[in-house]
Amino acid sequence: MPPILEYVSVSKRLGGRPVLDGFTLAVAEGETVALVGPSGSGKTTALKLANRLLEPDAGEVRVFGEPAASRDAVALRRAVGWVIQEGGLFPHWSVEDNVTALPRLLGWPPGRQRQRAVELLESVGLPAADFARRRPRELSGGQRQRVGVARALAAEPRLVLMDEPFGALDPPSRRAIQEEFRGWRARLRAAVLFVTHDVAEAFRLADRVAVLAGGSVRQVGTPDEIRRRPADELVRGFVAGLSP
Amino acid sequence: MTGLGAFLWERRGEIAALAGQHVLLVAAATAIAVAVGVPLGVALTRRPRLARPILGAANVIQTIPSLALFGFLIPVPFLGGIGARTAIVALVLYGLLPILRNTHAGIRSVDPAIVEAADGLGMTPGQRLRLVELPLAMPVVVAGVRVAVVVGVGLATIAAAIGAGGLGVLIYRGVATVDHRLILAGAVPAALLAILFDVALGFAEKRLSSRR
Repeated sequence: MPPILEYVSVSKRLGGRPVLDGFTLAVAEGETVALVGPSGSGKTTALKLANRLLEPDAGEVRVFGEPAASRDAVALRRAVGWVIQEGGLFPHWSVEDNVTALPRLLGWPPGRQRQRAVELLESVGLPAADFARRRPRELSGGQRQRVGVARALAAEPRLVLMDEPFGALDPPSRRAIQEEFRGWRARLRAAVLFVTHDVAEAFRLADRVAVLAGGSVRQVGTPDEIRRRPADELVRGFVAGLSP
Repeated sequence: MTGLGAFLWERRGEIAALAGQHVLLVAAATAIAVAVGVPLGVALTRRPRLARPILGAANVIQTIPSLALFGFLIPVPFLGGIGARTAIVALVLYGLLPILRNTHAGIRSVDPAIVEAADGLGMTPGQRLRLVELPLAMPVVVAGVRVAVVVGVGLATIAAAIGAGGLGVLIYRGVATVDHRLILAGAVPAALLAILFDVALGFAEKRLSSRR
């Protein structure tokens, strides 16, 4: 089976600076991969190449087994979930309208949208009866983040991209939402590629971790492999602070 | 002062009719200025290179003294001549700048992260504009319309000079006959109209921004 998402020696320059250079990585069906690396290492750039918010200068990005560039960008984005820091919610819409944004674009019947919103909000721990009518500004950071996750999962994507999904949260809510993430993961059949600068988070949540530095993947493997056999000094330094 | 009250009351029919004309002039001009200014303002956010020259040109129009602009327009074919049409053209030209500028600024003030979220979700550019950018920019756009309307109510009094009617008719007649009561019969209702529109649009603006 081809990977759900595959980067084949992708290069990308932004503002004249090379950000990714020979970046190669594959995410298999149903797998969670964490992309870690120092800030400015191109993690977010890599994610945005997967839903064509950016286009590669060289190399190829393949999504669902075909070149991303061969698909209509709008159709591709509707098939791929996308979670950003703080949720990126539309401030003028209620929580329910945010969650059902994509079903609405896809023209689902209103009854099915409503039902999906209830399910999704329930599954991220925000009962619809309490939360559906609220505005994003009436939520805490953690709640907004959960709504952002619910929105990304609304149309049951087979691939979810998460950009520092828990980065803006204080440590206790971060812990809580990470625990929940494991729960969603167990229920979801989607593959997840998530970007984080927090190595501990990556090791806790991912099936495999890819360490990005200097524009390419230095090492990719299960948390255990990376901890036991770091490929080089940089990776060793990166994981040094972790308890075994 | 009771004299003035009685004077205004006596002419209430004429004042109301002229106020009606006045409102129509401003409403027609504002509708056209919105129909041109909002799409143009949006277009300028998509073509940043054009923003400076076009906003600059709208600024220059704003600096032309209004009486002179009305005068310039009279000999212009199709748009000009004597009457309401010319006045509306002039009012549109003045109303364009605040609407254009605020639409441009309003769309640009939308958080880039929200715009990117709309793209990433799979909105087409048209959906993004209609569902996200315009609603979020709306309070700023309405603030521009408010300025255009209030300025328009004042400027429309000058339109009487080219035979467009409106409350300016009373003011000009009062000036010609050195009759202060006639001048006030035009000026006071015009000022009240300006205040009324200002308050109403200010309220709309506040309602829209509290929705965010």
